[in-house]
Amino acid sequence: MKNKTCLLAGIAVLALASAAHAADKVKVGFMSTLSGPGAAIGVDIRDGFELVAKGDSGKLGGLAAEITIVDDQQNPDTARQVVERFTKRDRVDVITGMVFSNVLLPVMPAILGSKTVYISPNTGPEDYAAEKCDPHFFVVSWQNEDTAAAMGQVMNDRNLKNVYLIAPNYPGGRETLNGFKRTYKGTIASEVYTKLGQLDYAAEIATLRAAKPDAVFFFLPGGMGTNFIKQYVSAGAQQDAKLYTPGFSADEDTIKSVGEPMVGILNTTQWAHDLDNPANRKFVADFQKAYGRLPTMYAQQGYDAAQLIAAAVRDTGGKIEDKAAFLKALQAAKFDSPRGKFRFNTNHYPIQDYHLREVIKDSTGRITNKTIGKVYSDYADPFAARCTMK
Amino acid sequence: MLTLVVEQVLNGLQLGLMLFLLAAGLTLVFGIMDMINLAHGSLYMIGAYLAATVAEASGSFVAAIVAAVVGTAVIGMALELTVLRPLYRRSHLHQVLATFALILIANELVRIIWGAQPVALNMPAALSGPVELAPGLRYPAYRLVVIGVGLAAALLLYVVVAHTRVGMWLRAGASDREMAGAMGVNTAWLFTAAFGAGAALCAVAGALLGPLLAVQVGMGENILILAFVVIVIGGIGSVRGALVGALLVGLLDTAGRTLLPALFRALAPPAVASEVGPALASILIYVLMAGVLYFHPRGLFPARG
Amino acid sequence: MASALHIRLHPLPTLLLVAGLAVLPVVLTAVDQPFYIVLASRVLIYALIASSLNLLIGYGGMVSLGHACFIGAGAYTAAVMVRAGADIAWLTWPAAALAGAALAAMIGVVALRTRGVYFIMITLAFAQMAYYVVVSLRVLGGDDGLTLPHRARYGFGLDPGSDTVFYWAVLVVVLLLMTGMRQLLNAPLGRALQAIRDNDTRMEAIGFPVFRIQLAGFVIAGAAAGLGGGMLADLNQQVSPSLLHWTQSGTLMVMVILGGAGRFLGGVLGAAALLLAQELFSDVTTHTALGIGLVLLAVVLFAPAGLAGLWRQVAR
Repeated sequence: MKNKTCLLAGIAVLALASAAHAADKVKVGFMSTLSGPGAAIGVDIRDGFELVAKGDSGKLGGLAAEITIVDDQQNPDTARQVVERFTKRDRVDVITGMVFSNVLLPVMPAILGSKTVYISPNTGPEDYAAEKCDPHFFVVSWQNEDTAAAMGQVMNDRNLKNVYLIAPNYPGGRETLNGFKRTYKGTIASEVYTKLGQLDYAAEIATLRAAKPDAVFFFLPGGMGTNFIKQYVSAGAQQDAKLYTPGFSADEDTIKSVGEPMVGILNTTQWAHDLDNPANRKFVADFQKAYGRLPTMYAQQGYDAAQLIAAAVRDTGGKIEDKAAFLKALQAAKFDSPRGKFRFNTNHYPIQDYHLREVIKDSTGRITNKTIGKVYSDYADPFAARCTMK
Repeated sequence: MLTLVVEQVLNGLQLGLMLFLLAAGLTLVFGIMDMINLAHGSLYMIGAYLAATVAEASGSFVAAIVAAVVGTAVIGMALELTVLRPLYRRSHLHQVLATFALILIANELVRIIWGAQPVALNMPAALSGPVELAPGLRYPAYRLVVIGVGLAAALLLYVVVAHTRVGMWLRAGASDREMAGAMGVNTAWLFTAAFGAGAALCAVAGALLGPLLAVQVGMGENILILAFVVIVIGGIGSVRGALVGALLVGLLDTAGRTLLPALFRALAPPAVASEVGPALASILIYVLMAGVLYFHPRGLFPARG
Repeated sequence: MASALHIRLHPLPTLLLVAGLAVLPVVLTAVDQPFYIVLASRVLIYALIASSLNLLIGYGGMVSLGHACFIGAGAYTAAVMVRAGADIAWLTWPAAALAGAALAAMIGVVALRTRGVYFIMITLAFAQMAYYVVVSLRVLGGDDGLTLPHRARYGFGLDPGSDTVFYWAVLVVVLLLMTGMRQLLNAPLGRALQAIRDNDTRMEAIGFPVFRIQLAGFVIAGAAAGLGGGMLADLNQQVSPSLLHWTQSGTLMVMVILGGAGRFLGGVLGAAALLLAQELFSDVTTHTALGIGLVLLAVVLFAPAGLAGLWRQVAR
C-alpha cells in the first residue's frame, strides 16, 4: 500500500511541474540523428539551430528558449517514443530536427494529430507536399526532389547521355531519384537502390563499372556518401565515369573526410557558403567562430529553422499560445535567410533558387565548394498544386 | 563480364578472410572453453577505435595496427581473467546474458570516450588508389593488402595450430577438455592465451576494415552475427572449419548480391524479381546455415567426435 | 494437493494489483499525465512477451535467441490487416497470435532437432532470416516499415483513439493470458515441459514424446509473442524491422533473467523494471544502457535467480 501512495505522490508532483507551463518561454523538442553513420548531418543541423539562440542569449524571438535535444538513433521506434514524450508529457510548442524521411514519416501522424507544429530542417517528403499538406507542417529546406531535379537539368546541359543512378532504398532516396528523372532527358543506364546505412559498396561499384555509363548520379547522405566516394576513387572508377550529386554528399563534412579526390565534383544546392549577401556573411562568420569549421547546407537549414521560430515568436509578440496567430506568423516567414530569397509556397515548402557548386582547390590550397552558377530561380516543387491547405 | 566476376570473387575473398579473423578467435573460445562470447564483436570495435586513435596521433597506419593488436589483446585477457572466467561453468544462457551485458557496457563506454559520431580512420595514402591487375581490371590496392594480410594471418594460424606444441594443446583442449587437463596441459593459462590471441585477431580485422567501413559504435554486432554463422557452419572449435565457413559465407554473400538479382531479372517478371531477388540474396547465408545444420547438426568439420 | 511445482497466487495481493492496474489510467487522466498511460500499455505488452519467453527459457529450458521474430510476425500481420481495412482488434490480435504460432511451428520443427549452443544459434539464424526478409520486401515497407492509419477498433462503442481504452483492452488480454499461462504450467503439459528441461533423456526414456511437447511449448510461446506484436503495432501505430532486430531478442532475454527465469512473474517484473528504468533515466542521462549492462552483469554473476529470486531471499 505504501508503494502506491508513493506512486500517486510522484504523479502529483509531475503534474504540478508541467502545470507551471505558460507562454513565458518557447519549448522546442529537437530530435535528430546524433549517432551512427547519419550523425554528422544531425550534428550540423543541431549546431546551426543552436547558433540562433546562442546569439540571442538563449532566446528565440524574445522568449526564453527551452530546447530539449534527443537522439532518434535513426530508428522510427525510438523516435515514436520520443514524440510521445514531447507531445504528451513535455507539451512542447514546436518539434524539429529530424534528418531522415524513414524516421519522419512514421511519427508524423502522431505529431500532427496532437496539433504540434513541426518544422523540418531537412527532409521534405512528397507525402506532405501534396494532398496531405498540413497547417502544422513546415519545411525550411527543400522538397526531396528539388536538388536532384536541378542536377538533372545540369546534366542535360552538359550533354551526358547515359547516367547510372544509385541511392539508398528509403523514401528520401526514391524521391530524389524521381526528381532527377523528372528533368533528366537522357538514358538511365541503371537505377540501383542499396540498403540504408550500407557502408561497403565494393559489389555495387564493380557492377556499376561493368555497365560503362557516361556519368554517375548518386544520392547517399551522411557516412554512406563518404564511404562511397572513397571506395569509388580507390577503385579508380572516376576515370571511367564522373560523379554528380545533390549538395548533400559534396559538402564540407564530406570534403573534410575524403579530401583531394573530391576536387571536380559538381553538386546542386539551395545554399552555398560563398553566396554574397549580408545574412550569409554573418551566418558563415558566426558559425565558424562558434564551431571552428565551415557550415554545411544542413547547418544552414538548422539555422533557418531556428530563425523561422524566432521570427514567428517575435511577430506574435510572444503570444505563441494563440495557435492561429503563431501558424500565420510561421507561414509569413519574415527572416533574413543566408540563402537569400526565401518564402513558403501554399504547401509550406520553400520557393527558392538552386545553385550549381563545384568542389575546387582554392589559391590557399583549401579544398572547398565554389558556386559556379544558378540552375533555377524561384523554383517551386511540382506537388504544391495538389495541396489545398485546410 | 570476366573482369566483373574476378572483381566480385576478390571482394568475396576479402569479406571471407576478414570474417575468418573474427571467427577463428570465436571458434577457439567456443571450442576450448565451451563459452558463448557475444562480446567478441566488441573487441573488434575496440580494436578499430584504438587503431583510429593511434593513427590520428602518430600518422602511421602500421603503428596503429600494432597498437590496436597489443591493446585489444591486453583488454581481452583482462576481461577473460576478471569477468569471463567465472562464467565457464555456468549455463550457456548465463554466458549469453553476461556477454550481452558486456556489449551494452562496451558500446556505452566507447560512446562516452569517443562520442556517438563515427571516428575517421583513413587508409594509407600510398594504398588509396587502384592497381591494374589486368587490362581493364583495376582493383583497389588497399583491398588487395587486406586480402594479403588475411591470407598471412590464416597461414600463421594454421602453422601454429597444426605444427606447434601450443597448437597441439589447443586441439587437445577443443576435443576433450578434461583429458587435456589430466595430461598436464595448464588449461587456465591456455584459456587466457587463446582469448588474447582471439582478441588480437579481432583487432587486426577491426583496424583493416575501419577505413573501408566506418569506425562507429555498434559496428561489432552485425559482423559478430556473421562470424557466428561462420563457426556454426564450419563446426564449433575447428579452425579449419572456420576458414572454410568464412570463405563460403564471403563468396556466397557477394555472389548472391550480384548474381541473384540479375538472375531473377532474367527469369521472372520485373515486379516479382525486384522483390524476391534482394530478399533472397540477403538471407542466402542463413539458409546455408540452416541447411548445413539440418544435415550436419554439428557443422561441416566437428572438432569433437 | 500443493506440489512444489504448483504456482499459487495469493488472492488479496493479486486482487489489489489488478484493481490498481485497472484504475491507473483514471488516476493518470485525473492528474493530466496521459503520457504515462501509453508507457503503462507498453509495459503490459512487454510483460506478456517476456512472460512468453520465460515459458521457453525458464520453464522449458529452450534458450531461444530469436524471440523477436514472433513479435515481428504478429506486428506485421496486424499492421497489414488494419491497413487493408480488417481493423477489428478482436480479429487482428488473434490473427497476430496465429501468425506467431505458425512461424514458431515452422522454426520449431527444425530448431528443436538441435540442442544447447546449436539451438541458440539456429533460433538466432532464423530470426535473422525473418529480419532480412522483412527488410527486403517492399510490400512490407522494407526499411521504412508500415504506418497504421489508426488503431484497430474494438466495437461496443469504444473509442479506438483513446489511450485509456487501449490500455484497458491490453490489460484484459494480458491478465487473461497470464491466467492461462498459470493454468498451463499447473497442467500435465506444463509439468512435462519442466521435467524435460531438467532431464530430457530420462523423459524420452520413460516414453514422453519430448519433441512434440517442446514443440507445443514453442508454438504457444510464439503465439503469445505474436499477440504481443499485434498489440505493439496498435500501440505505436507503426511497425518497423527494428522490432525483429536480434538485439530485441537479447533485450527480451535480459528482461526474463532480470525478473527471474522460471518464476511465474519473472517476465512481468523484468519487463516492468527494464522499461521503467529506461524511462526514468532517459531524462537524466543518455547512457542508460551502461547502467543496464552493469546491473545485468551483476545479476548474472551474483544473483542468477533475478528480481523474483531476490524478493524471496529478502522475504525469508
